[in-house]
Amino acid sequence: MITTIKGFFENFNSFMLNFFKKKKQLRIGLYGPPNSGKTSIANKICVDWIGEEMGKVSAIAHETREVKEKQSIRIDHGRKHLLFNLVDTPGIATRIDYEDFLKHNLKEQEAKKRAKEATKGVIEAIKWLDNMDCVLVVLDSTENPYSQVNITIIGNLAAREIPVLVIANKIDLKKSSIKKVESAFPQYKVIGVSALKGKNFNELYGEIFRLMK
Amino acid sequence: MLTLQFIPHTEIERLTSEQRIKKLFDLVREKKIVLLQGRLKPDEEIQLIQKTMEKIGRKFKGIELCTIYPNSPKEELLIQKLKNLVTRFLLGDSGGITIIGPATIIKEIKRDPDKIQLFTKVK
Repeated sequence: MITTIKGFFENFNSFMLNFFKKKKQLRIGLYGPPNSGKTSIANKICVDWIGEEMGKVSAIAHETREVKEKQSIRIDHGRKHLLFNLVDTPGIATRIDYEDFLKHNLKEQEAKKRAKEATKGVIEAIKWLDNMDCVLVVLDSTENPYSQVNITIIGNLAAREIPVLVIANKIDLKKSSIKKVESAFPQYKVIGVSALKGKNFNELYGEIFRLMK
Repeated sequence: MLTLQFIPHTEIERLTSEQRIKKLFDLVREKKIVLLQGRLKPDEEIQLIQKTMEKIGRKFKGIELCTIYPNSPKEELLIQKLKNLVTRFLLGDSGGITIIGPATIIKEIKRDPDKIQLFTKVK
C-alpha cells in the first residue's frame, strides 16, 4: 500500500516536472519579408550553439516555404543561459508571381510549384504568430524599411504583446543603413548584423538575453 | 482602364472584421484600386494577406497594400487623446489613408514616412 502511494507521488512529481519543463521551453521566431536573411541568421545561431545548420539559403526569394523549428538551443551569456526552440518562418509577402521565379532560370513547372508552396508558407507563418514567445524581425538593411509587410508584422506582434527585437541584416553591404531602420521603428531596439560575415552576433545574443529576462 | 474607388470610413465602421476584409478584397478582385479612409486593425491587415495568399492563382497575383498615418500632434490635449482612443476602439481608426490594389495593376508602392508613390503597370 505504502509502495503504491509512494509510486503515485513519484509519478505525479515527474508529470508535474515534465509539464512545467515543457511549458518553460520558449519559442523564438524569425519573421520578416522574403530574402531578408532569416534562414542565414537561423543557420548562424544554430552553428554557433548546436553545430549544425537549420536550412538551405538561396538568392531566389521564398527558399523557405515551410515553418522549421530547431528544438532546445542553449545559448550562454556570461553566467546565464537561455534554452529555447528557434523557429524559422517563410517570408511574408502580399504578392507572389511565378513569373518572377522564371527570371532566375527556373522552369515554368518548377516556378509554379514554388509559387504555390510559397503562398502556403505565408499562411503557415501567419498561423504560427500566436505560438511565439519572442520574435526577431529580420529586415534587409539595404532596402526601404517602410514597406507595409514590415509594418503589418510589427503591428501584429505589438497587438499580441509579443516582445520584438528588430534585426537589420546585411550590414556588410555598402547600401546598408541601420539609421533608416531605427527611424522607421523608433519604439524598438534595432541591432545590425551580417549573417553572411557573422558580424555582431555576440551583441545579438546579449540583446536576446535582455529581451527574454 | 484604371479604376480608383474611394471608401469613406463610415462605409466600413459598422462592419465586422470579416465583412470589412471581404468588401475590400472583392473590390480588389474586380481590378479596382481602393482608397480607404482610415486604416484596418493590424489583425485585419494580416487576415487580408492570408486571404490573398489563399486566392493567388493564374490570374490573381496578389495585392499591394500601403497605409500612411499622420503622427498625432504632440500638443494634443489628454481629453482629446482619450476621445480618439475610445472612438478608435469602438469604430476603428479613421485617421490616415490605406491604398489596396491588385498586384497585376500596381507595380510598386514606394513609401517614406510622409508620402506614398504608386507606380502602375498600366501604360
